[in-house]
Amino acid sequence: MGYQFTKAEANALFQQWKERYDVYAPMLMKGEGCFSDTDIVRYGQPDTLEDIEWAKKSDYSFKEVLLSINQTLFYFTEDKTIVPNPPKKEILIFLRACDMHALTRLDDVYLKNGFEDIYYRQVREMTHFVLMGCTQSCETGFCVSMGTNKADTYDGYVKLDGETVLMDLPMAELAEGAKAEELAVTPDYVTENFEKVTLPKNLTNECFTDDIWKEFGSRCIACGRCNFACPTCTCYTMQDIFYNDNPKNGERRRVWASCQVDGYTVIAGGYDCRKNQSDRMRFKVLHKISDHEKRFGHTMCVGCGRCEAICPEYISYITLINRLAEKEG
Amino acid sequence: MAMDINTKKIKRNAFRVSKKRGYGACRIRVPGGYLDSKVLGMVQEIADKYSATGKIHLTTRQGFEIEDIRLTDIPEITRAIQPIIEAVGINQKDPYTGYTESGTRNISACIGNNVCPFANYNTSALARKIDKAIFPNDLHFKVACTGCSNDCAKVRMHDFGIIGMTMPQYDPTRCISCEACVKGCKSLSVGALSINNYKIVRDTEKCIGCGVCVTKCPTRAWTRSQKKYYKLTIMGRTGKKNPRLGQDWLVWADEENIIKIICNTYRFVEQYISPNAPARKEHIGYIIDRVGFEEYKKWALEGVELMPETIMKKCIYWNGIHFTDKSAWTD
Repeated sequence: MGYQFTKAEANALFQQWKERYDVYAPMLMKGEGCFSDTDIVRYGQPDTLEDIEWAKKSDYSFKEVLLSINQTLFYFTEDKTIVPNPPKKEILIFLRACDMHALTRLDDVYLKNGFEDIYYRQVREMTHFVLMGCTQSCETGFCVSMGTNKADTYDGYVKLDGETVLMDLPMAELAEGAKAEELAVTPDYVTENFEKVTLPKNLTNECFTDDIWKEFGSRCIACGRCNFACPTCTCYTMQDIFYNDNPKNGERRRVWASCQVDGYTVIAGGYDCRKNQSDRMRFKVLHKISDHEKRFGHTMCVGCGRCEAICPEYISYITLINRLAEKEG
Repeated sequence: MAMDINTKKIKRNAFRVSKKRGYGACRIRVPGGYLDSKVLGMVQEIADKYSATGKIHLTTRQGFEIEDIRLTDIPEITRAIQPIIEAVGINQKDPYTGYTESGTRNISACIGNNVCPFANYNTSALARKIDKAIFPNDLHFKVACTGCSNDCAKVRMHDFGIIGMTMPQYDPTRCISCEACVKGCKSLSVGALSINNYKIVRDTEKCIGCGVCVTKCPTRAWTRSQKKYYKLTIMGRTGKKNPRLGQDWLVWADEENIIKIICNTYRFVEQYISPNAPARKEHIGYIIDRVGFEEYKKWALEGVELMPETIMKKCIYWNGIHFTDKSAWTD
């Protein structure tokens, strides 16, 4: 059901949501960018609708709400382990259409990949999603090419439109107590991006030896930003922490990992199967545009363009993919 | 032709008397070396009209020196450069009087955080702010601003060097133990970071607040402090007696107190400058050498209330080259 609110009415409803949910949304973090006097847009907990960054795409995605950067799996003492409690409050995440599609990729990996990850499932079941529309394309996104420009599985849709706020609230709990003019509200979405991407369709293992990986990989500094900003990168590594004060106690954590950063493929005995950046880049790109699709029927990449925007070395993922497609003719 | 020129007066007005009889040079200061491109056209116009050779020297202190101007043209040039003085934001007592004092040198600055990824503050903005506080003044002061400890502006060769710092803020919940910061700090800076239980430990004694950890961090676990911090180095100098590098005096200091200290130092110099100083120019460092650092501190710190996190060195010992000391020249 669609609604039209004044800003004050919408914020009153938002306060109700905040009582019921932990609300996460993209926020402009002043001065927290990489460089002095630069900002970053990442997920935080807004107090009002105005605290949300509506104009810019978030530099880091919503995934950190569902998949904590550091997540304690269990605490251990000498002969006991304790699994931490799931979050007490339900969660509401504001996100864009491309991110809604990214969510299905997270589900693929953590719920449909042979067995369910209990930690992910716990949080996922408690989480609801509010779509933020896009009235114009972001600079680096190519959602139209990837078919992720539209999302219709949202629990709520919110649009700030000057002094009025439009909402579509298919989830009844979100609409509770909403007194406002009812009308049809359909989410804004873009039908054209600045960037257009053509996926290569016939990639085989022969492309492993293509010089293109060396060409792009040799420029990579292995910082991992592309992975950390990506809404569909799901890799964790494991850390066992023995508390300094009492090493008999500790915890096992999983912590975000990056296939571009040193150590990702080091196995017991020290063997590292993807030592150079060219191999790592090939692995990442093929996983995003080909390997995941083989298993789940859609590419892992949703075309949000965050990796393109964040790379400090200006390695263009978009250019790389289009070049691969061009080679196929 | 008779030429009656008050050289003392024109020198004070930022003109130079050159080797060539009857000719000099016109100096244009640019605080922080930062200007709108239109100023270049204005400088060119002056040079085209008044320079006999049409040459301009880019000065070491980020100004222009229009060469080969006729000394007799100085009154006219003084009026002609007014639009430039206004465009670069010089603190001037009366319009159309040129640069009324030239003893205190242009405040130079590295490119700063307008452009540079390493810089921790807007150097040219601070240069302009200090310019407003200390100009016009004829005492021989050199001040420079640099964005980070790389010190591209070579501020340690100045009476006052202002080096940008940031207090790194660490959020362990965003840290993924990639150690990019540890490696960056070790290879580019002082190696103040280590890892314990997969999290970063910052050695606060070692850390120089350069911000390399922040620029290296791929997850925003490291961010800059909202507050801007500065290191104040003092009494560096070049020269014919005892050139030396400025030494750290304040670390993790703030802008306002630094400006206060510089202003206080003018009063100190007024009090203690040698009556025999040629053209009333004496490096402040020599004055401090003569009257003692303790006395200098008394003057400099008047009305200064440092922040709790500011570290002040109790005493400073400068070394540098002593040209009068020839003892090491022979076996």
